[in-house]
Amino acid sequence: MSEKILMKGAEALAESAIRAGCMAFFGYPITPQNETPEYFSRRMPQVGRVFLQAESEVAAINMVYGAACTGTRVITTSSSPGISLMQEGFSYIANSNVPCVVVNVMRGGPGLGDIAPAQGDYNQATKGGGNGDYHSIVIAPHTVQEAVDLMFDAFELADKYRIMVVMLVDGLMGQMMEPVEFREWVDVKKEAPDWATVGQGNRDHRNIITSLEILAEGLEKMNIALQKKYSEINQNEKRYEEYKMDDAEYGLTAFGTVARISKTVVDMARNKGIKLGLIRPVTVWPFPNEIYEKRREQVKSFFDVEMNEGQMLIDVRLAVEGKRPVFYYGRLGGVVPTAEEILGEIEKKIGGAK
Amino acid sequence: MEKQVVISGFGGQGVMLAGELLAEAGKEENKHVTFLPSYGPEMRGGTAYCDVIVSDENIASPVISFPEAAIILNLPSLTKFEPLMKKGGIIILNKTIIPQNVSRKDIQACEIDALNMAKELGNEKVTNLILLGAYVELEKTVSVDTLKKALKLFLTGRKEKLIPINEQALDAGVKAAKAYSSR
Repeated sequence: MSEKILMKGAEALAESAIRAGCMAFFGYPITPQNETPEYFSRRMPQVGRVFLQAESEVAAINMVYGAACTGTRVITTSSSPGISLMQEGFSYIANSNVPCVVVNVMRGGPGLGDIAPAQGDYNQATKGGGNGDYHSIVIAPHTVQEAVDLMFDAFELADKYRIMVVMLVDGLMGQMMEPVEFREWVDVKKEAPDWATVGQGNRDHRNIITSLEILAEGLEKMNIALQKKYSEINQNEKRYEEYKMDDAEYGLTAFGTVARISKTVVDMARNKGIKLGLIRPVTVWPFPNEIYEKRREQVKSFFDVEMNEGQMLIDVRLAVEGKRPVFYYGRLGGVVPTAEEILGEIEKKIGGAK
Repeated sequence: MEKQVVISGFGGQGVMLAGELLAEAGKEENKHVTFLPSYGPEMRGGTAYCDVIVSDENIASPVISFPEAAIILNLPSLTKFEPLMKKGGIIILNKTIIPQNVSRKDIQACEIDALNMAKELGNEKVTNLILLGAYVELEKTVSVDTLKKALKLFLTGRKEKLIPINEQALDAGVKAAKAYSSR
């Protein structure tokens, strides 16, 4: 590990991608993540790599698609409305089995919305967004340091499964500064993987990457292969963190920035004698349902808190399977809930019971 | 120990620089720190503010909903944050341009003629550091020496020549805070 540097989240994301071996950035500006491309634009030429501002998000994601077909580590970053424009590309990338990393610095929606921090793109990221039966691995860090660490993992996972990895953060994490420590630089592989479209060379066949298969039976086979990959990811790549859950009587659950605020809520509740703990999914797809299955035996109820209308709530309720009540509290449109307000809602629900 | 402070003023008063400097100094002292700027459209001409937390422990939420301390550089900031202050909290106030008193009786108000003091030092732009100096003297979040060390990271190149006046501003703030404490 290197020395700690005080850095803005949006810039730390870019630096970690570079150190993780990202060779190319394609993107189009949008608030509140412009510091990320700005940082890439300065740093990528310094290290002999590609920074390209595309003419639109549609162009940017297709440039990512092209670079990904060569097995090159590639990234784009955007914010909610920009990510919506990229959905067609995401779906093509999924059915083409090519690796890439996408960062969505979520802002208030729907539509043009605002530039405040929000989590309204959970469903879009975890349940598709583009057409067809596909998934991306979706990770949701809750601190700048975690985002920096997960960026390295994101590229590893993308390469391992030949899949798109989405990092969901929000405007708050992009704008805040925290000291971060970067992992060692990853050596960039000189040789392209055997599936890459980099010219036939000495191979006895041409590699073809496409998301098109006009025969239904053939496309079904491609779909079955995709589903097999997704179930493997489901088995191996779920991640979560628990905070003070060991003796918890109530389980708070949240992801990203809200999970960070929720740690304060847990501490405040415990000071008042309420045995509250936190389950924080780190991967929101695959969703770590087993931990809820385990903890539902122990807690009296769950509280799901999000900066959206309760999108992860559905996944939590599926995991809890009606065995315990799952209450929801959320703020919309870019309003960040305070710890005091969340605790107030919890106390209302549990009444005098402690 | 955890110290939280909101720094608020007009865009251009050096609110963000003061916050980043405090965060950097906290990091220098091997503490956990977070710096969270307001980044809405209000930054253009309206109130710009940042939340800084310096702690011996991991910091959970970087958001300060109810400040225990606030450095207030203009009137709109006082209007915004005075009602939110925790009981027993402290406001360090740029008295020169704020015609209003702190009305709450359950918080302390350290009023400093900061802009005039900055003008006397020869540069009104150091108002922010006078107030920051006063804040660290009162709250002991970091030492003034560490702040001076951190200054050197921010004022580089053609700004390097501004280091002495900024150091003087911090010292002037410390002096003003000492006068306030012993009153």
